[in-house]
Amino acid sequence: MLWGYRAYVLAFFIFLAAPLLSAATFAFNDSLFPALPWQGFTLSWFFGDTEPKLGMFYDRRLISGLYYSFIIAVMVSLLTVFIGTCNAFLFVRKDFPGKNFFYILMIVPLVIPGVILGISILVLASSAANGLENQFNFELELLRPGIFLVVLGQISFTATITSLVIAAKLKKFDITMEEAALNLGASTNRVLWTVTLPFLRSAMIAAGIVAFLVSFENFNTTLFLVGSESPLTITMFDRVHKVGSTPVLNAVSFFLMVGSGLLAILSIFVQRDKSARN
Amino acid sequence: MPDSTAIDLECINISKTFSDVLAVDDVSFDIPSGSFFSILGPSGCGKTTLIRMIAGFEQPDSGEIRIKGASVLNTAPNKRNVKMVFQHLALFPMMNVYENIAYGLRCRGVAKQEIDERVNNVLDRIALPDVGEREIHQLSGGQKQRIAVARCMVLDPDVLLLDEPLGALDLKLREAMKIELKLLQHQFDTTFIYITHDQSEALVMSDQVAIMNQGRFEQVGTPQELYHNPQSAFVAGFVGDSNSWSGTAVESAGEVLKVKTDDGLELLAMPNDARSTDRSQKVSIFIRPEFIQVERTRDESENTQPGQNRLTGIVDSLLFNGANSRALVRSPTDQLIEADIVLTGGFEDLKPGEDVQLIWSCEQTMCFSA
Amino acid sequence: MQKDIKRLSLILLFAPFALWITLLILLPHIGMVVLSLREKVAPRVYEYGFANYIEFFNEPIYWNTLIRTGSMSLLVTVLALIIGFPIAYYIAKIAGPRMRGALFLLCLIPLWVSDLIRAFGWILLLRETGVISSFLQWLGILSGPIEMLYNDVTVIIGLVYTVILFMIVPLASTLDGMDNSMIEAGYNLGGRGSTVLRRIIIPYAMPGIASGCIIVFMLTAGSYLTPILLGGKNSSWFTEQIYDQFITRYNWESGAAFGMLLLAFTSIVVWLGLKLTGQTLANTVTKT
Repeated sequence: MLWGYRAYVLAFFIFLAAPLLSAATFAFNDSLFPALPWQGFTLSWFFGDTEPKLGMFYDRRLISGLYYSFIIAVMVSLLTVFIGTCNAFLFVRKDFPGKNFFYILMIVPLVIPGVILGISILVLASSAANGLENQFNFELELLRPGIFLVVLGQISFTATITSLVIAAKLKKFDITMEEAALNLGASTNRVLWTVTLPFLRSAMIAAGIVAFLVSFENFNTTLFLVGSESPLTITMFDRVHKVGSTPVLNAVSFFLMVGSGLLAILSIFVQRDKSARN
Repeated sequence: MPDSTAIDLECINISKTFSDVLAVDDVSFDIPSGSFFSILGPSGCGKTTLIRMIAGFEQPDSGEIRIKGASVLNTAPNKRNVKMVFQHLALFPMMNVYENIAYGLRCRGVAKQEIDERVNNVLDRIALPDVGEREIHQLSGGQKQRIAVARCMVLDPDVLLLDEPLGALDLKLREAMKIELKLLQHQFDTTFIYITHDQSEALVMSDQVAIMNQGRFEQVGTPQELYHNPQSAFVAGFVGDSNSWSGTAVESAGEVLKVKTDDGLELLAMPNDARSTDRSQKVSIFIRPEFIQVERTRDESENTQPGQNRLTGIVDSLLFNGANSRALVRSPTDQLIEADIVLTGGFEDLKPGEDVQLIWSCEQTMCFSA
Repeated sequence: MQKDIKRLSLILLFAPFALWITLLILLPHIGMVVLSLREKVAPRVYEYGFANYIEFFNEPIYWNTLIRTGSMSLLVTVLALIIGFPIAYYIAKIAGPRMRGALFLLCLIPLWVSDLIRAFGWILLLRETGVISSFLQWLGILSGPIEMLYNDVTVIIGLVYTVILFMIVPLASTLDGMDNSMIEAGYNLGGRGSTVLRRIIIPYAMPGIASGCIIVFMLTAGSYLTPILLGGKNSSWFTEQIYDQFITRYNWESGAAFGMLLLAFTSIVVWLGLKLTGQTLANTVTKT
């Protein structure tokens, strides 16, 4: 009985790992196609600098996709950590009329399909841009599809995630620590910078990493807002969908898996409380 | 040299209401320099509110708080020279011991070298000279306690407030820390205000204790006064153990009052407040177990001396606790009475079911109008 | 003074929240509603009305796609629950403490790998020249290559794969909070395995089940990559229709109407799910 159960769990984890393994393994196959048979080990899909085996680090479009993804993810994570921290203080510390309603409003973006977030922001930004153009004959490039809109689109739901992560930590904060600091003579500002924010630091870093990862892999919202500077997921999708696959995509996949895996583990370690060990 | 008449803290007619609940009701007291003052009361009696008003975290609705003679009502909490040890200590987990203690000095802008000196000095005084670099979570419960006191004392406060800081410790450590806190107070020679719901903490450590109930001070006095000469039924019941009855005064002869309890006993008592001498006045009476003498019944006809209470009863059970052993005796009216028994006095073989007599004098019987 | 400072800090904290919600959520959705009610009758001439919605209901291919998307999403949700529950239970209750951490991590890491890479992995496994086809030929079970992509079963497998971790994680964390002695008490009081499961474990796990199902349904119905890549041309997923209207046909008005319909559809299902299980949105979302 238990034996059968274990077999089922094992089968599930094989199911979980199989596509990831197949995506990663063919990055090292010395063949022009990501398929069997195995033609021997190579690193040229990473570092090869000549056609037809052009490695990912020499593929200009992939590298620029990586670059844009990185820029977008950094902006999204910085901004959403800021919004999330403000929201955490707002909803944990403050009392104001309609608080429950606003709290629901804060959560709602997480249950709106990403595609809808993308098109709604596209619609608003475009009509604003059209309005400016028609009324004032002024072209605001920022409101046309591009990096700026992609960042806004990703913030729209990532801010909810960071708010929840940081608010959960702030709820655990023992408010008497702030009183103790005040009692020892600190000003309100000093209390914030020396006691409260250091306490939140681990959650802020973890939330930032999560936001970075969410942004990096986002597709649905980005798809509608992207301009000429395509982030990596869009570039890769175009290749998979339209061009057909070469092992260079496996190389990118492997690279991303290792990168996001490391970051995910890092975020888990950052959040682990050092005092919780005792 | 501390002036023996100097007053460190004065509270005058302090009141505070939280949404229709009167938390602190017209409380006045003053505390002389260098004394250990405890506020003892059941949870919810308003003692925490009172101490938070002194620290400045709450504003009183009315009344006046003076520290070293100067009003602090308009002083922000971070400007008052009153330091506080919190219930769960509130040590900062993101700083090590040294940084915790240096925190207040840094806020004051003290020079780095002086901070160093003063922190090391205070660590020496609490006998933990080498823990500066330790993280808070590496300390034991007792060490944390001392660091929390040191963090305040390094700032030379006028008054140190302690909000049930021993509550989270286990029993054995709590006993040790009681003595330690008392010694620390002597060492620093600073006024300590200690609030607790644990009477043994208050009685052991304090010079003066205030008993607080429902927002009011019932009585302020030395531990001995509170124990032997309570001024109200609440204090008599709250401080120390006691057996209690409620009843009606039937007859007074001089100082002695005869009371008929609600369950039908007739007891002699000495009224502790004036009003209870009135006849047919409802009264509460208290008798501490250590003042009840247990005798094995041999001679039924033994004379009751004047002013003595005598009850016959049956031993219900024995509560053995070394020198503090007690007998639970069932009275004729079916009430269980606690009485101390002296193990060396021939009671080693006392058994449940034996007939005994309980004897105590009317001077030991406290009586209050209800 | 004190009061003014409090007010000021409230306003300062509220400002980022208000900007975010207003500019990125409320206004865009209002804009989308307005756009969906507009119809182009001549160049630069618009009329307002329900024409875009009427068009949707008059054209069977549109609403069939929505119904197909909805029903397949429900199927995926149910499958994810059935497959995921035993895994979550194993992680939370049967595995030893060390194994538990490791398995949990194993579940979390793929969560952070992009859907795209996961779908790409499936393509490599399932296509005609893929690993499974080659492997079966090598074993001699198949005589020629077989195409396993571009059918509904593959789309469903791919979707279940993509979303199942969003089911397992809240389930496992809910079950983890359950006291083992509760299960033991259930057995001790004479319950059989099935009774204990039905009367004790499942009711306890209900918040986790609700939260997992809602998130999974929402993600599935709103997914784009997996149906397109694994289902190909005939996947007929509703998000594909939206993309088509917006990008290919440049008919934003009806694209916005389709978007509103998808949003209304998922919202109704999420709302029904919350009502049926007696959960609140706030509780549900904080689980994941």
